[in-house]
Amino acid sequence: MKDLQLKSHRFRAEREADWRRLEALLAKAERGRAARLSDDELLQIPVLYRAVTSSLSVARATSLDASLIAYLESLATRGYFFVYGPRTKLLQRVTRFFRRDWPNAVQSLWKETSVCALIFLVATVAAYIMVQRDNAWYDTMVGGMSQGRDFAASTESLKKVLYDDDSGHLLGAFAIFLFTHNAQVSIFCFALGFAFGVPTALLMAQQGLIMGAMLALYASRGLGWEMGGWLMIHGVTELFAVILAGAAGFRIGVAVGFPGEKSRIDAASAAGRHAGVVMIGVVIMLVVAGLLEGIGRQTIHLDWARYAIAGTTLTLWLSYFYLPRPGRVA
Amino acid sequence: MVAATGPKAKGANAKRPKTKRSGRKPPVDPTNLLVREFVTPEGVDLRLQLGSAGERAGAFLLDAVIILVGFIALLIAGISAASAFGLESQGREFVGAIWLMATFFLRNFYFIFFELRPQAATPGKMALGLRVAARDGGRLTSEAIFTRNAMREIEVFMPAMLLLVGWAMSMVGADPVDGWSVLLGMLWTGIFLFFPLFNRDRLRVGDLLAGTWVVKAPRRALAIDLAHDASERLARFDFSAEQAAAYGVKELQVLEDVLRRRDPRTLKAVADRIRGKIGWATGPEEWDVDFLSAYYAALRGRLENRLLFGHRRKDKFDKA
Repeated sequence: MKDLQLKSHRFRAEREADWRRLEALLAKAERGRAARLSDDELLQIPVLYRAVTSSLSVARATSLDASLIAYLESLATRGYFFVYGPRTKLLQRVTRFFRRDWPNAVQSLWKETSVCALIFLVATVAAYIMVQRDNAWYDTMVGGMSQGRDFAASTESLKKVLYDDDSGHLLGAFAIFLFTHNAQVSIFCFALGFAFGVPTALLMAQQGLIMGAMLALYASRGLGWEMGGWLMIHGVTELFAVILAGAAGFRIGVAVGFPGEKSRIDAASAAGRHAGVVMIGVVIMLVVAGLLEGIGRQTIHLDWARYAIAGTTLTLWLSYFYLPRPGRVA
Repeated sequence: MVAATGPKAKGANAKRPKTKRSGRKPPVDPTNLLVREFVTPEGVDLRLQLGSAGERAGAFLLDAVIILVGFIALLIAGISAASAFGLESQGREFVGAIWLMATFFLRNFYFIFFELRPQAATPGKMALGLRVAARDGGRLTSEAIFTRNAMREIEVFMPAMLLLVGWAMSMVGADPVDGWSVLLGMLWTGIFLFFPLFNRDRLRVGDLLAGTWVVKAPRRALAIDLAHDASERLARFDFSAEQAAAYGVKELQVLEDVLRRRDPRTLKAVADRIRGKIGWATGPEEWDVDFLSAYYAALRGRLENRLLFGHRRKDKFDKA
């Protein structure tokens, strides 16, 4: 046994420099300094990565050094995630999201969106009629959300809520509070869709009940039109967002319940990714709604101006999501 | 050379069809059920190892501690800022709003922010050598990350809220009906919480919906080649062909492990066993480490030579 120089060792000695080079480059890139890699280094990574995958294949077939194979596996895995990882620039991703991904995803959810909107509307109308017939329903439906706005309150105090400019409060702070609350509710609405959409439907109906009951209260005092303006200036955006969140939840619920051709898991993950796009958009819409509610509503007190803003935002959202345009995949 | 994959890897035509159910694949490695076949576009099977339930829980606990500490730090910062601004309502409200926003982002975007970065891992996951990856081998998209983390709302925050509610109700001595509804709620959320334990791929509900899984991506350093180390110093050990052929690959790798750990008692026990088996007379001033290193080199040389001729001797009972 004079010649103990193993073939597997020669194999390692010849390639070790390449492996270490890739390791160093990956360490640099993973520390978030991909931008600081020179062009030359960036071009080297895929070449070195392929060399490492090839080394891994050879090592598995010819070497019995377990630690060497483990090292190559971990290096190849790291290289794989870098080479095939997301690489589009942030700005490109953002523009693509607004130009294509978001409106397309919302448009393809139109069935679920209609169902959600229908549930919401039916609940609103039902609550309106029920409260009109019997005021006792109001407390059951609205409960703690009323904050003193109930049938015991005077017309004056109810009217004051609609036009109170909250001079003692910071408008931005109020907007932030509304946004965080609504975003939490809609994320919840979405996540619950997983249970075949049942809890999502209940949540949608509950929101509708609260709104219908409140409308009935204000209408009974002859403040229906004013209440509409107060509600709609931001409500168009906010309710649209909540309905979309519910629709995204429904999409997942339906995919889990009725996977069709695909396996249940594949159908669920396809629906989940699709709904994820919509949900990112929902959070954006809720920021807009929070601004409209916290700032727009507190500073604009003319009913027709409030309705005008509501109408404009609705037109904008609808045309953004549903209007056919060139280069759009239906 | 790319095509020369290991004996367990499948050819390109054995790639799973799109509709294949993930539960029907035979395990790649029967001794470790968390290893998954993962063929890169180069045709190499990376054999990804999934994070175990324990590691996942550990990573999450670390992250939860970080978030909690963040909450408390923000609370303290908010209170001190409010008192520094003076206690008029405007300043207080401003600080309150900032605090609300910060906690909202901490709660909802902590995970999303870190998983969108190139490491695709939160600090907790990084500490345990885990990362998120797309199950189909494609790119990890931002919507997948959003979806998998939005589901935490019902997986983590709802059970936490229910626990708090149950605790608060037991404090005020509520009637048993409410206690029962809390119990039912706990059962329902428990299903989500323990979901990863009931599937082979250790998927959370969020992972399932987003098409992701959590894999191990540890950084390993390249260790020294034991055989090379031995060949330079230990040429005086001269094993006969039969002596070098006493064991197979499995024993070789156990020996490698023993040599890398260098625990004197294990070394002695293993050296004695091997000396007995191959009939080796201990020479003067012969250290166990030296003997084992030399034997490792000889055995590996012999087995690798056989490997080049197409014989992989699994273990000592394998007569190939």
